[in-house]
Order: sequence, then structure tokens, then C-alpha cells
Amino acid sequence: MAAATATRFCQQLSSVSDMSPDWTTKEVSTGTTIMAVEYEGGVVIGADSRTTTGAYIANRVTDKLTPIHDRIFCCRSGSAADTQAIADIVTYQLGFHSIELDEAPLVQTAANLFKASCYRYREELMAGIIVAGWDKRRGGQVYTVPVGGMLVRQPVSVGGSGSTYIYGFMDSNYKPNMTKEQCLHLVSGALSLAMERDGSSGGVIRLAAISESGVERQVILGNQLPKWSTA
Amino acid sequence: MLNTSRPCQPQSGGFSFENSRRNAVLEGNLSELGYSSPKARKTGTTIAGIVFKDGVILGADTRATDDMVVADKNCMKIHYIAPNIYCCGAGVAADAEVTTQMMSSNVELHSLSTGRPPLVVTVTRQLKQMLFRYQGHIGSSLIVGGVDVTGAHLYSVYPHGSYDKLPFLTMGSGAGPAISIFEDRFRPNMELEDAKQLVRDAIVAGIFCDLGSGSNVDLCIITQAGVQYLRAYDQPAQKGKKEGQYKYKPGTTAVLTKTVTPLPLDIVDESVQLMDTQ
Repeated sequence: MAAATATRFCQQLSSVSDMSPDWTTKEVSTGTTIMAVEYEGGVVIGADSRTTTGAYIANRVTDKLTPIHDRIFCCRSGSAADTQAIADIVTYQLGFHSIELDEAPLVQTAANLFKASCYRYREELMAGIIVAGWDKRRGGQVYTVPVGGMLVRQPVSVGGSGSTYIYGFMDSNYKPNMTKEQCLHLVSGALSLAMERDGSSGGVIRLAAISESGVERQVILGNQLPKWSTA
Repeated sequence: MLNTSRPCQPQSGGFSFENSRRNAVLEGNLSELGYSSPKARKTGTTIAGIVFKDGVILGADTRATDDMVVADKNCMKIHYIAPNIYCCGAGVAADAEVTTQMMSSNVELHSLSTGRPPLVVTVTRQLKQMLFRYQGHIGSSLIVGGVDVTGAHLYSVYPHGSYDKLPFLTMGSGAGPAISIFEDRFRPNMELEDAKQLVRDAIVAGIFCDLGSGSNVDLCIITQAGVQYLRAYDQPAQKGKKEGQYKYKPGTTAVLTKTVTPLPLDIVDESVQLMDTQ
């Protein structure tokens, strides 16, 4: 594959001198823990707020919950540049589609637009995205589009480097038909556990609850994070 | 899909990687002999920006390095984009310079087209879309700051095309020392003099604690009223004055022996060339 070979040689050519720290040459990545949960009447989404270049934290208050439309958000993980570019493209495509339709777009449509870009350019991109929102056809929905461009709907989904630490927590604590408050509690608890263990996740917890009535956003600061042990 | 496209089609634009393999081999051969191939000049650099009560302040050092040699002791890293928008550039000097010039030109055309003064977010969007298209091969990290009709804004744009919007930012090899000054003393809605001192201190931290940054502090203050470009606002790293005389008087060293050997020289050829002194 010509493109892949060329990239490998270019990466070897750019030598890192001893004087410049590694974060001057590494790409910006959203390390990350992201999560989305469906409940009756909407979805709750959450993310940490750390963006890293190598070992340096480029932004400690990042907003990884990006609005794509009035009632549709995406949670971004992977390369910051790739996910920001894809989100911008899908926002444009979905906005155009919504105007053509003269109707609010479906979450499934947004998810398919993400999948289309992520799958077509799967060799060039490093993007793991969770699409979540509310529409009047199917209510609250969560779709996950991991690296590689798969698309699957799940009632609960976690993503990012910190997600590995909370699969067990999620499997044991998620129950179907939870209320919005229970979902917020679950998401903030899970994220704080992941942030504790994963070096690439941290900062503050950003939460959003999306339903027919609108989007409610909140921030849980570092000193207000749910505590699990005193160690 | 890229994999199914015809691989033998010649590249129409963008970068050409034809010589990459040859260059890698040459690099390997040279390093065996103890040499290294010439590198693109990087600006080393400490650049910083903050949003204060009346607008934004951008700051930068003025050293440009060629590996471990200072190529330019007083270069300008704060570039003009629009009357109300300026941009600090770090990374590869040529990339930062040309990228900002292209943006300045695009923004002026766009502004003429819309009939409105440019927005900072427009510059950021055009920058990140261009840098993303080049997938990080254009090595310029930029801090874009300005005041437009929607207020004062500050963005950082990375070589791969990601951006962050924050009230204070630092970039370049000296970003670590500079951000620590900001994290300690930044407050929202600072007064002008406090804000100038803070940015000056952050750049000075970069100048003293980072080898890739040095020389003077440049500041650029952008407010609703206008722009103040303070070139060489502070010169913290001036050359020290010599304390004493280091010349020795003739006779300090005693002469023990003296041997004179005249060399016999014969004139082989004598020619006269007239100079044209017009």
C-alpha cells in the first residue's frame, strides 16, 4: 500500500532531537473515557476533559461532547484532529439533510453519516465515536462507531482508552429502564473510576442529558468527583 | 477507498514522497560516518496568549534555531492576519510564516466577499481545515488571537489540524515553563498592566528554562480600540558586560630563547592586473 509505506518512512525521517520534549512532535490525542446510556425518554452522555500530546496535557478542560444537531451529540475519542474534522463534516451533512427533509434528523442518520466517513477512510483515521441523541421516531438512542467504522446500536456504550477499566463496572451496574438521575449517577461514577486509573483520562467530568425538551449540560469539577476509596 | 485507487496515477498536488526511501537510505549512510543531513529550521519557541478584560494579549520570544545554533536572534513570531487578528507561530519557521501569510490573504478576500470584518473563528477554521488536509506534514503550531464583533477570542491550532479554545494558551518547546506561570497567576478579566506583566513573565520563563527560546519578548495587545505591537517589550537576556581587562601587557611572558630562520623565496612570476575603478 503506497500510502502506508510513505507514512512509515516520513515518520522515521523526522528525528526527535534530545532537546525538544516529546510533546512537541507527538500528535494530539484525546486519550479519553467516553460513555453514553439510554433511558426512557432520552440519553445521558459523559466524557472526561483531558487532551494529550505525548505526556503533556494540551487541554485539561476539553469538551469532548460535540453537538451535531439540536438533539444529537457525539462523544469523541482518538485523534483530536481526526474527530474534530469528522464532526465538522457530519454537522454540515446532517444540517443540509435536515433542511432538505424540513424535519429534525434521526439519530440513526447521524450515526450512519459518521460510519460512512469512518469506514471509507479507515486506513487514514484514528477515531472512536459514540453518537447519542433523541428523535421522535425511536426516542433516546446510543450508537457506537469504533475505530474501523463498525456501526452498532447499544443501550450502554463506553469508549476511549479509559473504557477498558470500567467494562466490569458497567456490566454489573447497568440495569434496563433506569431513570435520568440513575443514569447520571452511573455515568459520573463510571467516569471517575476510569479517570482514576487511566493516565490519559482526567480533568473534569462533562455530562449532558438529551431528551425531547432539550439538552441539559453540567460539569463536575475535580474536587467534586464521586469518591470510591480513600486510598 | 484509498486502497482500491490506482497506485500508478501521478500526484497532482500536495507533497511528493518519491524521495522518501532514498532520503532514509542517505540518512542511514551519513549517520554511519557521523554526519547528519540538514534539518528544516525550527523556531524552538515560546509563544503564549491570554484573554484579559479588554481583549487579548499575544506574546512570543524571538529566537530561531537551526538545530543547536541560533539562526536569528531577533525574528518576528507574531504575524499579522487581519487588522484585528494576529497569530503566533511555532514549529517549522517556513511553515508557520507561509501558512499565516496564506491565511491573511484568504481572510482579506473572504472579508471583501462578506462585506464584514473578519472573525477569529473564521481564521481558525480555515487554518485547521488546511492543516488537516496536509495530515501534519506542515509543521506549524499556531496561537490565533483577536477581537471581533462577537468579542475577544483565543485559539490554538496544532499541526495535525486539531484546535482548542481556551482563555490562556502556550505552545512551542517552551510551553511547559510558560504554562506553569499562567496556571499559577492567571485570573479571568485581568487589567491591562497585570495581563502584560503576566504574559511577559510567561515568555521570560520560556526564555530562561528552554534552550530553544531566547532573546527578547514581543507582545501584541489587541483590543476593540486597536492593536499595539510592542516589539522587544523586554530584553531579559542581554549580553553581560566584561568585568575586567583580559589583554596581557607585552613582556608578561618571559622569552627564554629566540631563533630566526629566514626562508629564501624566489620570484617565479610577476604579473600586473589593472583594476577597473569606474
